[in-house]
Amino acid sequence: MSDIAIIPARALPRKHLPRRGEDHRGFGLIIWLIALLASAPLLVALLSLFTDTGDIWAHLFEFVLPQALFNTLLLVAGVATITAVLGVSLAWFVATCEFPGRSFFGWALLLPMAMPGYVLGFALAAIFEYTGPLQTGWREMFGTALAFPGLGGAGASILTLSLVLYPYVFLITRQAFATQGVRGVEVAQSCGYSPMQGFRKVSLPLARPWIVAGVSLAIMECLADFGTVQLFNFTTFTTAIYRSWYGLFSLQSALQLSLVLVVLVMSALLLEKRFRGASRYTSNAMLNPHRLQPRRAGLISFYCSAVLFIAFVLPAGLILYWSVRTFSLEFDAHYWQLAANTLMLAGMAALLICSAALLLAFAVRNAPSRINRLLSRIATLGYAIPGTVLAIGFFVPVAALSRWVNATLLADSDKVLALQSGLSVILLAYMARYLAVAHGPLDSALLRISPNIEDAAHGMGVSGARLLANVHLPILRPAIVTAALLVFVDVMKELPITLMTRPFGWDTLAVRVFQLTTEGEWHRAALPAIAIVVAGLVPVLVLSRRNN
Amino acid sequence: MLQLAEVSHRYTEQPVLNSVSLTLEAGRIGCILGPSGCGKTTLLRCIAGFESVIAGDIRADDLVLSSIDQHIPPEQRHIGMVFQDYALLPHLTAQQNVAFALHRHPARDARLLAMNFLNRVGLSDLAGRFPHELSGGQQQRVAIARALAPEPQLLLMDEPFSNLDVTLRQNLGQEVRQLLNQLGTTALVAMHDHQDAFGLADDVGVLRAGELLQWGSAYELYHRPADRFVANFVGKGVWLEGRVRSENSVETELGTIVGRMITRFPADTRVDVLLRPDDVVHDDDSPMQAKVLSKQFKGSEFLYELRTLSGAVLLSSVPSHHNHPVGQSIGFRLETDHIVVFAQTPAAQD
Repeated sequence: MSDIAIIPARALPRKHLPRRGEDHRGFGLIIWLIALLASAPLLVALLSLFTDTGDIWAHLFEFVLPQALFNTLLLVAGVATITAVLGVSLAWFVATCEFPGRSFFGWALLLPMAMPGYVLGFALAAIFEYTGPLQTGWREMFGTALAFPGLGGAGASILTLSLVLYPYVFLITRQAFATQGVRGVEVAQSCGYSPMQGFRKVSLPLARPWIVAGVSLAIMECLADFGTVQLFNFTTFTTAIYRSWYGLFSLQSALQLSLVLVVLVMSALLLEKRFRGASRYTSNAMLNPHRLQPRRAGLISFYCSAVLFIAFVLPAGLILYWSVRTFSLEFDAHYWQLAANTLMLAGMAALLICSAALLLAFAVRNAPSRINRLLSRIATLGYAIPGTVLAIGFFVPVAALSRWVNATLLADSDKVLALQSGLSVILLAYMARYLAVAHGPLDSALLRISPNIEDAAHGMGVSGARLLANVHLPILRPAIVTAALLVFVDVMKELPITLMTRPFGWDTLAVRVFQLTTEGEWHRAALPAIAIVVAGLVPVLVLSRRNN
Repeated sequence: MLQLAEVSHRYTEQPVLNSVSLTLEAGRIGCILGPSGCGKTTLLRCIAGFESVIAGDIRADDLVLSSIDQHIPPEQRHIGMVFQDYALLPHLTAQQNVAFALHRHPARDARLLAMNFLNRVGLSDLAGRFPHELSGGQQQRVAIARALAPEPQLLLMDEPFSNLDVTLRQNLGQEVRQLLNQLGTTALVAMHDHQDAFGLADDVGVLRAGELLQWGSAYELYHRPADRFVANFVGKGVWLEGRVRSENSVETELGTIVGRMITRFPADTRVDVLLRPDDVVHDDDSPMQAKVLSKQFKGSEFLYELRTLSGAVLLSSVPSHHNHPVGQSIGFRLETDHIVVFAQTPAAQD
């Protein structure tokens, strides 16, 4: 070899070597740690398979499992059907038909998302209960001989959850219809089909991937629900887990039930993933909404108004009315404490979760190997896992850790460690559940910072903390605000994790609503509920602004 | 077969179609030419019945399809439509897409007929493929087969070749013409490229901002354009100032141009004269000389841009074995049997 060949190689500046590789191990460690933490409940549930459970399974099989399974499947079937019908029909009308109030309903029909199921549930229960206005009116008209057609726990749970969850189907399906809905009908019409046949034969099959994705999301939320079914005393897996823990103090059976629930959730998750990637059909042509006969347009307006009224206006109005009426009686220093607890918990969770999400997104960006990306997906899987499962999945190992420390390190001292009664379990469970909520906006914002920007900054001698402060943070700031806001609101509304793992004295507004509604004190529950609903409106308005 | 009488349409305030009238005889292929946004698509959608008219009427063989009082729904019009984006159904194979339009036949017949039509567009081998497994040209053929299979009384095609490359659109244009002639189908096609239109259509119209400026044969549009916009839209050319001498001659800086004028003007009127590339003929023996400014190779001919001694810039279409370098002076003469002239001031135009 001649010198000529060597000199340029040696002159090659080090900077041109792949710089990103240098910190691989540090980033990898961060990713492993977060993924492990977030998936700990799943591992705990899985490990419980291999522990000796005695006759717990036999007991579960005989007394709990059949009913929980039947009720849960009934709930899922009912909610899937109603959310599909409501979501698809509303999406079709709003996306493709011209009727009075169309653009208003475009965002207003998302409003029911703001209300947690346990809040809508108690408002509806108050209307339907024996002393409520409907039944009173019924008795005045028909006397007591004719029984009021009650919904029962199953019906009430299905109705409530459907009204809260149809916006998922509506939101996702509307996008499909807006891009191809009218064109599909036109193709069918040009082939001699009526518009109705066109909807059935073209638009509906084309939108199927979106519909299935939306319904699967609704199913996942429905499987995770605890507050609504508990309110209506309808035993599903989440309430069975709660009762095993609180009623029977059997962590083992709670874990076994969690495992079955996780299997159900994963099936819904796979369904959603499978259909999300399905073939897409979009048209760039201008698509004008159908102009309808005034009578039909009026009917559609009426339909949309009716859904909005029952799912949001009526219950929100009632809650507002009751909270105003009970304000002077109910409001006292205790509420300041509840509000302070709620804000503290939500604030801590938002800070912790956003930091973890940012760390995860950064680490994967800098060490984007296949395994790391897979780990990042595992870390954000928690949004699909019901809160009851997460609560128990963190409580068990943290309690075990404390016991181990007490038995070994603190064996000779009179100190006792009880990590499980501190804030660690609740915050970890929040993190597992809402990491995806924060990770989504942060990750997509990070994608917008091209590596060229970083290289350019390096070229100007800016690096390290200054790079972070002057380049990354300003670009990421809106996403960080969004992520923190979303997590904050979600934690405010959260019920099962908070209920099951909050330290003593940490009652929140949601817990208060739950306690009052368990006692049937609908009117008194309105005051703590109103704050939750108002907070819940924030992300809905953000979402609807982004979509319109 | 198809008659439009003073058809108007608007979406909001802005009129999209303004009093459009045209007649298309049975078995003929008509073409609406115009820049994008001129209202071509809207015109087709009105005829198909996807849009309603706010004035005028659309008839097929004297049956009123659309008027202010009457609107036959699209599915009852028996009009086939080929959408610009083909609009094939992604969940159906090519054959199923065609059979989709044959739902009035029993399923077995529909399948056979669909194969028959796929065969006619040369796609019988690919009948089992899904749209995303087909090329753009193949998708277009499926779309055409689907629109033609129910044997509609009228076929509408919206920019059928806009997404295809040049060779493909020329071949497909010829095939479509043959197929339509074989089936005796009347068709109306919206396009923006005049060469595509001339290759396909019997009757051509130019639409600008919702107004149909002219409706006639391709020859008529090219050689007797109704106004400057049509003249510019249907082909290249340069405008020269001139002064009318007599009813068949115009004085310009290139001397007197002789030929039949498409519009009569009194002597001494100031006019603009259109010279098409084929009016300017390369002739080595001609005393008139011009310098080659630039040239474009078009295969069988060159398009030369020439500057005359007087400074006028001309376009000339020259057989491609006459290869002259840029900068060289070459001889030319004008060969005009009829002259396209328009008055210089708009006021004098009528």
